[in-house]
Amino acid sequence: MKPDNHIRSARKVQVNLTVILFLLPAFSLFLLFIVFPIVRSAYFSLFDWNGLGPAVDFVGLDNYKRILADQVFRKAVLNGFLIVLLSLTIQLPFALGLAIMVGRDLPGRTFFRTIFFLPYVLSEVITAIIWMGLLSPDPERGLINALLVLLPGVQAQTFLSDIHMVMASIFVVLTWKYFGLYTLLFTAGLQNIPKEIEDAARIDGANGWQVIRYITVPLLTGTILTCVYLSVLGSLTQFNLVWIMTRGGPVNASEVMATYMYRYGFIRFWLGYGSAVALVMLAICLAFSIIYLRFARQPDYLGNM
Amino acid sequence: MVLITLSLIIIVPIMILFFGSLKTTGEMYLHPYTLPNPPHWENYGRILSLQSPFWILLRNSLIVMLATTAIVLAICSLAAFVFARMRFRGKDIAFNFLTLGLMFPITVAIMPVYLVIRDIHLTDSLLAVILVQVTFAVSGSILILHGFFRAIPVELEDAAYIDGCTSFDFFWRILLPLASPALAAVAALTMIISWNDLLTPLVLLNSDTLWTLPLGTMQFQGQYSSDVAMVSAFVAISAIPAVIFYLFAERQIVSGLTAGAIKG
Repeated sequence: MKPDNHIRSARKVQVNLTVILFLLPAFSLFLLFIVFPIVRSAYFSLFDWNGLGPAVDFVGLDNYKRILADQVFRKAVLNGFLIVLLSLTIQLPFALGLAIMVGRDLPGRTFFRTIFFLPYVLSEVITAIIWMGLLSPDPERGLINALLVLLPGVQAQTFLSDIHMVMASIFVVLTWKYFGLYTLLFTAGLQNIPKEIEDAARIDGANGWQVIRYITVPLLTGTILTCVYLSVLGSLTQFNLVWIMTRGGPVNASEVMATYMYRYGFIRFWLGYGSAVALVMLAICLAFSIIYLRFARQPDYLGNM
Repeated sequence: MVLITLSLIIIVPIMILFFGSLKTTGEMYLHPYTLPNPPHWENYGRILSLQSPFWILLRNSLIVMLATTAIVLAICSLAAFVFARMRFRGKDIAFNFLTLGLMFPITVAIMPVYLVIRDIHLTDSLLAVILVQVTFAVSGSILILHGFFRAIPVELEDAAYIDGCTSFDFFWRILLPLASPALAAVAALTMIISWNDLLTPLVLLNSDTLWTLPLGTMQFQGQYSSDVAMVSAFVAISAIPAVIFYLFAERQIVSGLTAGAIKG
């Protein structure tokens, strides 16, 4: 059986060569621009380094200690978790309700989908500038205040420059921009549920709410988990909208981890400290991902997709 | 009712922006929420005039978007093909490794990436922006394409090999044409993400001749914040390409997003 073996091993060499050649570009980029930078920053994070000259001032874990002790960073983490909490309890249920309402065969469904999804396509810069106008403290300039002052006994609010309202205002803008994405994903998930199952439940006497509660939502678990995942990661690493609208202010009231990292890493140019912040963010994201993969869902794309 | 209210909440802010862009700043203070009467196209004229920075921003954004998309399609379809159609040792590990990027967005890694780009003297170049955007599009795109490539029946592949195709022939002449809806979906999604990306250009680019539209729009807003009408016009004009693209490519964007999310 020698010739056969020979052919088989020649074929194997060809396959392996193809595999290596075809994967090479993706792997190179990944190693060069993700893995290598992160490993290198882990090293830099142990130095007090302002980026001029080489990093020589070794400080061990001092940067990490300072980050974790910094009130502003704690505020940033809390704000991140606040956005996560609000997104999971308000934004996603709202999007799910909307998807169920738009349903499978409402007339004008695609029209509404196009409208709801429009803000997702606009850049965060455009969204931020539009909303800075709407939220303007002057009722002559900001529509929201123009509507508020029409109500009896309500005064114009300063929203983005009010330390108590700034996070709520940012959350409204985030919701405006992103609920369409989640509505879209839920709608797609709903389309995968066979209509017959819901019909069967109805014939068995379930009312509309029961069908949603016991049939539709459980069957949507996969989509819901995906949305939770996207929403948590997106909320924890939010940068653009916050940076453009408030720069993390007033007095750090809307600071999030990414704006904190940008401020120290790129504006003050403390590269060692900034690297440490980036690694703390990375650790938080990875911790969440691991918990998610471990408990919420087996990574089903591993082989049986 | 709810749906119509919501649609208004989406549309009215965008309409106010467009109305505002057709007024003078003085008119905007007098009648902020009305139709522009008469419309003032001067703002648009100034922004679209030949010496305006808008054209440079537009050109840079187009270069970055097209290059990023082309490279993503090339690299990721090769990799997804290997994962979907070939058997080799270490496949699961390699696949998991390349989709690791889904676990954290670019924001987390931008500081480390910046330090590498700086040390290879690539800052302040569009190439750097392109390379970084491509890298962070790899995981999601491979995942989407992998799903589509797997769905193509194995009989076709056998037939192609019996007819004497090499792996590359099969990939190039049979798989890619069949998977063109998937490629369109990945392309549309990559284009949107690249077009709207702010952080990568913000961190990597210094010269205003290299800025992209989102970065330029942000700086323009900061510089001319008192001239509200001009800012509105600038924002409106920079929104137009995205809106037009969306109306044409909605189906591709949607299928890319849902495929990515459901399979991820």
